[in-house]
Amino acid sequence: MELEQEFDRIVGAEQRVEPRDWMPDGYRKTLIRQIAQHAHSEIIGMQPEANWISRAPSLRRKAILLAKVQDEAGHGLYLYAATETLGADREELTTKLVEGRQKYSSIFNYPTLNFADVGVIGWLVDGAAICNQVPLCRTSYGPYARAMIRICKEESFHQRQGYELLMTMMRGTEAQRRMVQDSVDRWWWPSLMMFGPSDEESSNTAQSMAWRIKRHTNDELRQKFVDMSVPQAEALGVTLPDPALRWNAERDHHDFGAIDWNEFWQVVGGNGPCSKQRVAHRRKAHEDGAWVRDAAAAYAAKQSQKGAVA
Amino acid sequence: MTQPPRSVWPLYEVFVRGKRGLNHVHVGSLHAPDDEMALRNARDLYTRRNEGVSIWVVPASAITASSPDEKDPFFSPSGDKVYRHPTFYSIPEDVPHL
Repeated sequence: MELEQEFDRIVGAEQRVEPRDWMPDGYRKTLIRQIAQHAHSEIIGMQPEANWISRAPSLRRKAILLAKVQDEAGHGLYLYAATETLGADREELTTKLVEGRQKYSSIFNYPTLNFADVGVIGWLVDGAAICNQVPLCRTSYGPYARAMIRICKEESFHQRQGYELLMTMMRGTEAQRRMVQDSVDRWWWPSLMMFGPSDEESSNTAQSMAWRIKRHTNDELRQKFVDMSVPQAEALGVTLPDPALRWNAERDHHDFGAIDWNEFWQVVGGNGPCSKQRVAHRRKAHEDGAWVRDAAAAYAAKQSQKGAVA
Repeated sequence: MTQPPRSVWPLYEVFVRGKRGLNHVHVGSLHAPDDEMALRNARDLYTRRNEGVSIWVVPASAITASSPDEKDPFFSPSGDKVYRHPTFYSIPEDVPHL
């Protein structure tokens, strides 16, 4: 009990919990689940964008996209490292991902159909991720907060390159402008779903807020994202596909239409347009890389034997 | 000969010197099969944007750490030595450069 009081005191005083501190089992489990899910999202999120690397329209766009996809890999690794400070095993987490036993963000189960999708993912999907992630820089678990600080710095590049890409296309031909609008039409609602179920439906929120793992509810963050996005869409010259979207002076926020939660739960349940493909690809990449991991381990073993003899 | 599985790659802690004149600071950890690969992985993972001019990688198993359970007794020797701080000494305000 004394340990639990000390834990509550640290969290209550806005201090950080560090790996070797005592923590409640539930706190540890919740963190592992949340951070692993986040790590998996970064790793799976490499796929929809990597789809366009070989077909990027210029060397500049290709270099940017490569750097961005490499960042996603890095973000996944920072986060897997954070889970390991909690006693999780990375190999086991990867196994859970490829066996479909752990989830990742539903957004990555949608296809990237035209090149404007690369821009819209940067603008809306990474924009929504930033809304979610900036408050996590102050989350109560130290290694998670530190990983989020690094990630947020890098996400800013992701969002800006996306918006700039879209501005460039909007200054182009009528066909290019149509591509951007088509992409916005397809990604807007799934981006709103990235914040998770509404507060009434979100079973984990209350405890996570008490532990200061989460700092804002799903609906608060979603509202913030909508309010941020409206002027950005206007500046870009695209229409957000929601006839109910309008400013509400009384609330000092934008009202927006109802989310199709049936679609959300379908995608979360593994029935998204690309769910099977994403997990199968991750599994294949992991299996195809086995010989590299084996070779590196064998080389290291041989070198250390040589060292022992000499 | 059977190969060890990936998860037995040892854990390394990574320290980066941000620029000349600063200390190396712990930035995170990674797994690698050997020291050399740990350095290369650390470069790719933690210095993609000129975050450093020097990297240390240290096997996590080589680090000896104080235990959080005994932190009060462990640090108590310095707790009651207020005379180690300059503010312990009262000097008249009109004495310059002190």
